[in-house]
Amino acid sequence: MTGIVGYGAYIPRNRIKLEEIAKVWGADAPSYKRGLLLYEKSVPSPDQDTITMSVEATKSALKRANIPPEEIGAVYVGSESHPYAVKPSGTVLAEAIGATPEVHCADYEFACKAGSEAMFVCIGLVESGSVKYGLAVGADTSQGAPGDALEYSAAAGAAAFIFGKDNAIAKVHHTYSYMTDTPDFWRREYQFYPRHASRFTGEPAYFKHIIGAAKGIMDKARMKPEDFNYVIFHQPNGKFPQRVGKMLGFKKEQIEPGWLSPTLGNTYSGSSPMGLTSTFDISKPGDKILMVSYGSGAGSDAFILEVTERIDEIRDKAPKTRWMLDNNKTYIEYGTYAKYREKIRMGT
Amino acid sequence: MFPARYWREIPQRYRLEANKCKKCGRTYFPPRLVCADCKSRDFEPLKLKDEGKLLTYTVIRVPPSQFIEQSPYAIGIVELDGGTRILTQIADCNLDKLQIGMRLKIEFRKIQQDGEAGILCYGYKCVPV
Ligand SMILES: [Zn+2]
Repeated sequence: MTGIVGYGAYIPRNRIKLEEIAKVWGADAPSYKRGLLLYEKSVPSPDQDTITMSVEATKSALKRANIPPEEIGAVYVGSESHPYAVKPSGTVLAEAIGATPEVHCADYEFACKAGSEAMFVCIGLVESGSVKYGLAVGADTSQGAPGDALEYSAAAGAAAFIFGKDNAIAKVHHTYSYMTDTPDFWRREYQFYPRHASRFTGEPAYFKHIIGAAKGIMDKARMKPEDFNYVIFHQPNGKFPQRVGKMLGFKKEQIEPGWLSPTLGNTYSGSSPMGLTSTFDISKPGDKILMVSYGSGAGSDAFILEVTERIDEIRDKAPKTRWMLDNNKTYIEYGTYAKYREKIRMGT
Repeated sequence: MFPARYWREIPQRYRLEANKCKKCGRTYFPPRLVCADCKSRDFEPLKLKDEGKLLTYTVIRVPPSQFIEQSPYAIGIVELDGGTRILTQIADCNLDKLQIGMRLKIEFRKIQQDGEAGILCYGYKCVPV
């Protein structure tokens, strides 16, 4: 049976507090905090992007998997912030970890669902025997237009998973996808910032697809919310994953270990995959985990996983996700943030 | 930077690949074809360690134009575990807290970009452990 043999995450060290952004735009910080349950978010340094974070997350996944990188037959990076418009992110990643040249490589895009797409495809390739190991990464350094609601949440981070058949730390029991054509969020060619349909991004988009995918996979597996130890939903803010969890009948304790967004922000393609890494960090053999991603446009991928005994051997071989979230932080002001994120256009 | 030169240096820039003289044991980073000590051409590849300590550093306050958004920043000589010394930028550090002897680790970063339309160049930097 196919499973995850190694996992890793990466969070940049810079943070900006929600008050600091609200101050610049004259917005009411307390109401944002209450409304969205967002307190601060990660910000990449000027020398970091989707590629560099993917490499760091993958290095941790390799430490935990303890496999020769040249045996990885597929390298897939899911992101909506690939550094190049034309030229794959995956080739840099594959070269940096030493997986080249005998490897299949592709970049995926599907708003915040690109990372789980990469996972979905890797599972299929490993299951069919086409590749021995497949590497799937979800990473983003997403941007909101200055002053837009997205600026309070758009954050940076990455998660990497290596799939294989032997020595899994978590077995993949079921996968399920739920898609429709829903224009809730988009970015056209040559546009710097994405656009969104404001409140339309809620009910007919996020909630409909996550609930559709979660119910679909639970029906398929004949399982109920109480059969799971943990659940991870896509986290566009702090509030949505809690609300959708409640609507589906999950408890706070099931959501909490993977609920990173209040102090991380929305890492887009990295979001639910990073939540899965922090859930692995605290899980025990036999734990059952449901993960449901969401990508605007729109769709959700769902996975049912069961943690194996190997988790105890490999957990401490790389930095834990929540440790990276809570430690080594550098708080920056809006001016530094604007410079780092190239919101100031240089006249060179 | 020209794509061809960048591409030739990928093994050392991405993966810290050095080489070691099989005859006298001296290591070279970047790798060399002929040993400077014993003139041997017989080398074996060697992957450098990804942690080390800071030997010395300087702070750049007036950088070349492509590094202006990172200014001020530190450049240092780092002795990686195993003894090889590299010249590298020290990223994500508090410049007031840099100390000779402090532990650093390698992270993969964007080194520079060739203007608005040229290639992106990646490679190693060091960050505090
Ligand atoms: Zn020699």
